[in-house]
Formats: sequence, structure tokens, C-alpha cells
Amino acid sequence: MSYGFPSRLWRTLERHPPPGVGITQAWRSPLRGPWLTAVLSAVLLAGLPLVIVTGLLDYIAYGPRFGQAFPAGVGWLHLPLFDWPTRPAWLFQVTQGLHVILGLVLIPAVLAKLWSVVPKLFIWPPARSIAEALERLSLVLVVGGILFQIATGVLNIQYAYLFGFDFYTAHYYGAWVFIAGLTVHVAIKLPRLLAGLRSRSLGAELRTSRAGTRPEPPDPDGLAATHPGPATMSRRGALALVAGGTLLIAVLTAGQVLGGVTRRAVLLLPRGRSYGSGPTDFQINRTAKAAAVTPADTGSGWRLTVRGSGQSMVLDRPALRAMPQHTVRLPIACVEGWSTVQTWTGVRLRDLASLVGMTSPDSAHVQSLERSGLFNHASLQRNQIHDRDSMLALRVNGADLSLDHGYPARVIVPALPGVHCTKWVHSIEYRSG
Amino acid sequence: MRELGARIRRAYAANPLHLLALLAAFALAGYVVTHLASEPLFVRMLIWFAGAIIGHDLVLFPIYAVTDRSLTAALHRLWPRTTAKPAVSPLNYIRVPTLGTALLFLIFFPGILRQGQQTYLAATGQNQQPYLARWLLLTAGMFAISAICYALRTRRSAARDG
Repeated sequence: MSYGFPSRLWRTLERHPPPGVGITQAWRSPLRGPWLTAVLSAVLLAGLPLVIVTGLLDYIAYGPRFGQAFPAGVGWLHLPLFDWPTRPAWLFQVTQGLHVILGLVLIPAVLAKLWSVVPKLFIWPPARSIAEALERLSLVLVVGGILFQIATGVLNIQYAYLFGFDFYTAHYYGAWVFIAGLTVHVAIKLPRLLAGLRSRSLGAELRTSRAGTRPEPPDPDGLAATHPGPATMSRRGALALVAGGTLLIAVLTAGQVLGGVTRRAVLLLPRGRSYGSGPTDFQINRTAKAAAVTPADTGSGWRLTVRGSGQSMVLDRPALRAMPQHTVRLPIACVEGWSTVQTWTGVRLRDLASLVGMTSPDSAHVQSLERSGLFNHASLQRNQIHDRDSMLALRVNGADLSLDHGYPARVIVPALPGVHCTKWVHSIEYRSG
Repeated sequence: MRELGARIRRAYAANPLHLLALLAAFALAGYVVTHLASEPLFVRMLIWFAGAIIGHDLVLFPIYAVTDRSLTAALHRLWPRTTAKPAVSPLNYIRVPTLGTALLFLIFFPGILRQGQQTYLAATGQNQQPYLARWLLLTAGMFAISAICYALRTRRSAARDG
């Protein structure tokens, strides 16, 4: 065994293993080895970049230009910024849906991959050179990063904020720690992954039953067991187990994005639940009660104030209903990975702008009746005001909005994150320049 | 110059590119931490980050490894090699639904154990009442399917041998 500098340190370390560490005979599974690890890594390498990119895109969808993407002030830690488009209308539904659902269905592959490499955690000495020591230290970023992201993400979509810290901050910066670790891990290990994949034939493994399953030969990384026991499962069985776990999670979660009958299969997540069969019985995000918006605020005394170019106009609901109405079927999607498609009716945002003499506003600031709360206001970009389907919705599916869905009026803009489709709208201020 | 490169390679025990790539990753992670250091709950985030690793490597993994070993050993004791062993080992027919139910619990425990009831209610207007029963039903379903598969497999194997 060769040692890097300072060799005396590594040698001394090797001679003094802590109890319980370095017993290589303890690892029994004949399935572990470079090939199995490489297959699982290839699956993650195909899936995780998509989870990362869609997550970073969702940050842009929140509109960092207006300071309404969280966390604020991220320095260089973001994709190149651009104005989030309104077309295709399902854009945000797809980015957040992919991010959350793909992140969830990759959990079995992450766990299997960690199982396949766990003997290395207990190897002694932990390193024989500075190179090895640094590389192992970088695994803290990879393993800690992915597990932290899974833990915070899984808790967030179920509204169980057991961690106590701010989700957006932790999940966003956690992602960048993971990106740092994953990038260097892939750069270093890619040759190993390719060699591992080439070391056995996938087709042959898929034809090999348990009885014919033999251990992988010893490898320099120490993944294959030195004293393997008999196979209790074939490699194809192990891969089928991971695939089965993936499929199980997919069936139990994908319906909250796909909607329709598939939503009924979402048995264990909040967004599979039914609210009934009426026109306003669809998924609610933040109830009127939680937002402290009462029927008194939204009754006949409610007025909408529209401001722009030094003018202001106050409208009641009948006045809004008397304006040209636009009806369109659009998805509304939440960053938590669920969405629903409904038929909205209301007044186009550009028509409201022209009431106060703004024919070409560059942005709009929408304020809710809700007094506190992170999302009681939102800013809209130029394209989000001018889209033909952007509206102040008054009705949904042929009925008045319910209080929980934002009655008397709410914003609906194609591909805009749901939390920016402000409910219980109190005022809209159009701005230019 | 080539001599220097070779000396670095010997002392560091890897290509200098290896070192540069790692230093870049650590620097990026450090840059991320500079953004977080002013967070009031930064220490708690660090604890959760470390806890995620410890929770998996030193809690979850030992638990499932020991459970699996115990299961394998117990099945060996129940059907020693010398006596009439069942032609089909029940091991995987127990393993698969157990892993399935454990996976569902791992991901969906907040609903099953009704964690965050207040935030859940504020967000959805509903409660978490149905999840425990649904998880138990899914568990029952997985074990039942596994039992049917095992019965069919045993019968097929007995027919082949007989």
C-alpha cells in the first residue's frame, strides 16, 4: 500500500483504528460492487441535474428582479436572470412539477446508491494521502447536500416545518452546497462510473437469476465484499426493487401535477385530497381564515383601487362585472409541486390599466386585503400584464370565487407561481419605466 | 516544470487537476456559507445538515441492516438446512413489502404522524386525519400481494418438484 505526503501520519492512522471500524469481513452482500454502484449513479446523474435546474428556474419564476424571489441577495448564486415568460401557460406547472415529483421518485435510487457505497464509510484508514482526505471531505457536501435537500423538501410539501428555520433560505443555499459537491464528485468519479458500467453487461445481468448471481470481483475502491455471503437476491431483483420503489412513489405523487383521476391515487400527500364536487371545490393554498380575511372585508363595501400615471379609480364588484369579461382555462401551480387547471373569468389586467390611462405599463404592483404574510402583495412584469389571458378573476367554473379562493377578486396570470396570483385583491398600481 | 508536476503528483497522490477541482468546490461551498452566516438560525441549519448524514449513515442504515440480518437469521433458524426447507425462501416476500411500507413512512410520516397540524390547516383548510389509515391500508395491500405471490410461487415450485 503506498502513502502520500505526510506518509507517517497516514501510517500511524492506519495502525490505530477505532473499535468497530475497518472490519471488512462484516460486509456480506455479493451484490455490492463497481457495476451496481455505477448503474445507480447513472440513474442519479440522469435525474438530479433536471431536479437542480428546475429548482433554480423556479427561483427565477418568483421574479428576483422585484426582490420577490426567496432568499434575496444571493450574489452570484443563480441562473442567468430573465423575465419569466407567460407562455407556454403550463411552464411553471411543468418546472415545479418535475422538480418536486422527480426529486421524490429519486429517493429510492439515492438510498440504494448510499447502501451500495456504505462500506467505504467504515474503511480504515479513512485516507492514505491528502488527495484522498480532501476527496472524502467533499463527500460531506454531496451526501449531506442531497439528504438535507430531501429532508427539507419532503417536510415542506407536507407543511411540517419541524426544522424551524426558513425553508426557502435553507433549501436554496443547500442546493448550492450540493451543486458544489456533486459537480466535483462527478468530475472525479465519471471515469469510474463509465468503467463500472462497462465491467458487466446490463442485458446479461437482467437475465441472471438469484441462483446464478456471483459476487463482483474485488475492486480497488473496496465496494465489492471481500467475504461475500450467498446471494439472497439477484442484481436484477435489486434493481427491480429500486424501480418498484420509484414507481410506487410516482403513482402516489404524480397525480397532484397531472390532475384528473390520477389525483385520486395521491393518497398520502395534502394535494390529493378532495374538497367536494362544486365549481369552487379545488385545492386551496392558504385559507381566508389563516389570512385573517373576513366576509366583512369582502362584502358589498369592498372596493378595488386602480392607480397609474397619477390617476386613480375606485371600482366595486358590479362595475368590474360590467366590464368586458374574459374566460380561459388555465393551470394554477404551486412551487410545492402541485397544480390544478380551472376555468377562470374576469377582467383583463391590460383593460384595467387603460382605465387609468396606462396603455403600456411596464410593471404592476398588486396588494391584497391580507394584512400580514409573505405573499400579501406581488409585482408583475410587463409580459405578465399584457398577456391576453392575464386577468383579475372574479369567477371560476361559472360561479363566483369562494372566499378561500380569493373572493371578491384574484389575479390569474399564465405560468405565474400560484402565490403571486394574489387573492383578495385590494389595489393594483400600474407603473411605467 | 515537468519535474515540479511530478513531485506534486507524488506528494499529493493524485493529478493536480484533482486538487484544483476540489478546492473550487470547497470555495463555492464557502461562498454559500458566507451568505448563510448572518442567518439567525444558521447553527440549526448546520445541525440539520450534519444530522442528515448521521441520521442516514449511523441510524437508518444500521437499523435496516440489523433488521435484515435478524430476519435472515430468524428464517434460517425456523427452517434449518437439514430439515425440510420451504422450496421457495420467504425472505424476499417479507423484505419487499417491508421496504415498501418503510419507504412510504420515511417520506410521508409528517401526514401519518400528524406533524405540523396548524400550518397544514392554514395552508389547506383540512386536517391530516386520513393518512394513518391510508398508510396502514397500503401496508396491508403490499403484504397481501406479497403473500399471494408467495403462495403462487410455492405452489408452482411444488408442482414442478412433484
